[in-house]
Amino acid sequence: MGMTLAEKLLAAKLGRPVEAGELVEVPVDLVMGNDITAPVAIHAFEAAGATRVFDPDRVALVASHFVPARDASSANQTSIMRRFALAHNLRHYYPEGTGGIEHTLLPERGIVVSGDIVVGADSHTCTYGALGAFATGVGSTDLAYAMATGRTWFKVPETMSFMYHGQRQPWVTGKDFILHTIHLIGDDGALYRSMEFSGDAVGQLPMEDRLTMSNMTIEAGGKVGLVLPDAITEAYERDRALRTPHFLTPDPDAAYVARIDVDVSRLEPQVAFPSLPSKTRPLSDVGDVPLDQVFIGSCTNGRLTDLRIAARLLQGRRVAPNLRLIVIPATQDVYLQALQEGLIEVFVQAGAMVSAATCGPCLGGHTGVLGAGERCLSTSNRNYVGRMGDPGAEVYLASPAVAAASAVTGRITHPAEILGEEVA
Amino acid sequence: MGRAWKYGDNVDTDVIIPARYLVTGDPNQLGPHCLENLDPAFPTGHKPGDIIVGGRNFGCGSSREHAPLAIKGAGVPCVIAVSFARIFFRNAINIGLPVYESPEAAAGISMGDEIEVEAGKGMVLNRTRGEQYAIRPLPPFMQELLDAGGLMARLTQELAREHVGNMGNGGTT
Repeated sequence: MGMTLAEKLLAAKLGRPVEAGELVEVPVDLVMGNDITAPVAIHAFEAAGATRVFDPDRVALVASHFVPARDASSANQTSIMRRFALAHNLRHYYPEGTGGIEHTLLPERGIVVSGDIVVGADSHTCTYGALGAFATGVGSTDLAYAMATGRTWFKVPETMSFMYHGQRQPWVTGKDFILHTIHLIGDDGALYRSMEFSGDAVGQLPMEDRLTMSNMTIEAGGKVGLVLPDAITEAYERDRALRTPHFLTPDPDAAYVARIDVDVSRLEPQVAFPSLPSKTRPLSDVGDVPLDQVFIGSCTNGRLTDLRIAARLLQGRRVAPNLRLIVIPATQDVYLQALQEGLIEVFVQAGAMVSAATCGPCLGGHTGVLGAGERCLSTSNRNYVGRMGDPGAEVYLASPAVAAASAVTGRITHPAEILGEEVA
Repeated sequence: MGRAWKYGDNVDTDVIIPARYLVTGDPNQLGPHCLENLDPAFPTGHKPGDIIVGGRNFGCGSSREHAPLAIKGAGVPCVIAVSFARIFFRNAINIGLPVYESPEAAAGISMGDEIEVEAGKGMVLNRTRGEQYAIRPLPPFMQELLDAGGLMARLTQELAREHVGNMGNGGTT
């Protein structure tokens, strides 16, 4: 029997075939932690008596969540990470001002590459699956173990195949593909499983959209969300990869526990209603939803292409009265490029607030926390109760295009509407 | 024996411990805020020994290990649910919080029932209703981890072995 991409990736690392359900201990190519999860891992690492990381070039620590420090307590957490990173001479330590959100930063700088095995103490580590890397989120204790030993253990996951066919409509993005998919299978529809994304419609998606799809694998409970590497992957990694990428593909006779076909040709932009990512509706079924805040950013949709789409819609327009628009480029590199392209000016002219790279409002951290009864449309990944602030606030999830259009009108809006185009 | 605090499907880690409290890894500081966004009665009303019972996909969302730490810090000895999200399950075992899958228990137990877990027998006893439910045994590897005191205890053992090994090689690493 052939192997799925998840099995292939683990097999390549172990040098022998593997099969779903088997428990394996594998060497990792990279481990990652952030300012929330690393301090807990560092405490565990030191309490266990570990004195060295397995490889200072393969431990990435990124200040991303509460940066710049939100308060004295969060400043203390980033200090713990800084002390450890400097003491262990970590090559990939990104303090405030040098990096940004880890899941945008690591692929962007070629720190993670195709074929890698990665564990990160953040659930959206699955983002790197878009490159064809076996990357998954773990907790701080697993991070501590992997930092010390360079190994981790996995149950080889079963795989669900998702084939996307057809020509997508204007304004339909990878975000809409994945929101629709989570709606189809539910919030635990891929629990413990690998999601393998393929088909001609995924083949046509730019890398940024693929990263968005893999990013939200966890919102369906998935362990990894893998896109088959192709020419787009190769082009993306060509001038970035710090190590040699390894392109692996599933065997033609691989065993899948489910095969789901999605025709994207009639797919509309999607909106997830409170308070689960699976509560997704096509935009034409949304109705009148007035908004208090729009947030464009996060590891899901804070990349340059996301900001370009938003700026295209906001160019020469103003944010609706009594609505806050918050735009946060996901990394310093994205910020600088957006500045050079004039996107930041478009946002500020439109009445948006633009902040330095941080996860910030996505997790109700800072720079855009919601109050009781407030309603926000966000380009991030989770709309759970209290996720962005008060438990009485409502969060809707959508693409940057829908977010920007909605910021202009003050209610959830199709991008074509504000451009005067016919809504497809 | 403890009282059951019964909740539905998809109890996510943001409601178990909201991000605003993620500025410490100390269970005693996290515990008082456990579940406050889901059920304001829990932080003030529960007693040590009470047990959380959930539906499907308990612990979904963020990888924050602060979630099982908060549950532990609240004095809750274990969680019973229909199913657990992958990262939460792994984190709970790693820090030594037993988590038990039992669709029968999750269906049979109501809010406030007096329940008792007999892990050795693989049973949950519902004293209020006079019922008992089977719990699914942990995978052997995870049971061993839990018995050993969690993943860090294993790391300490490995580091000790490595140290002894290095001594045998003349102390070089």
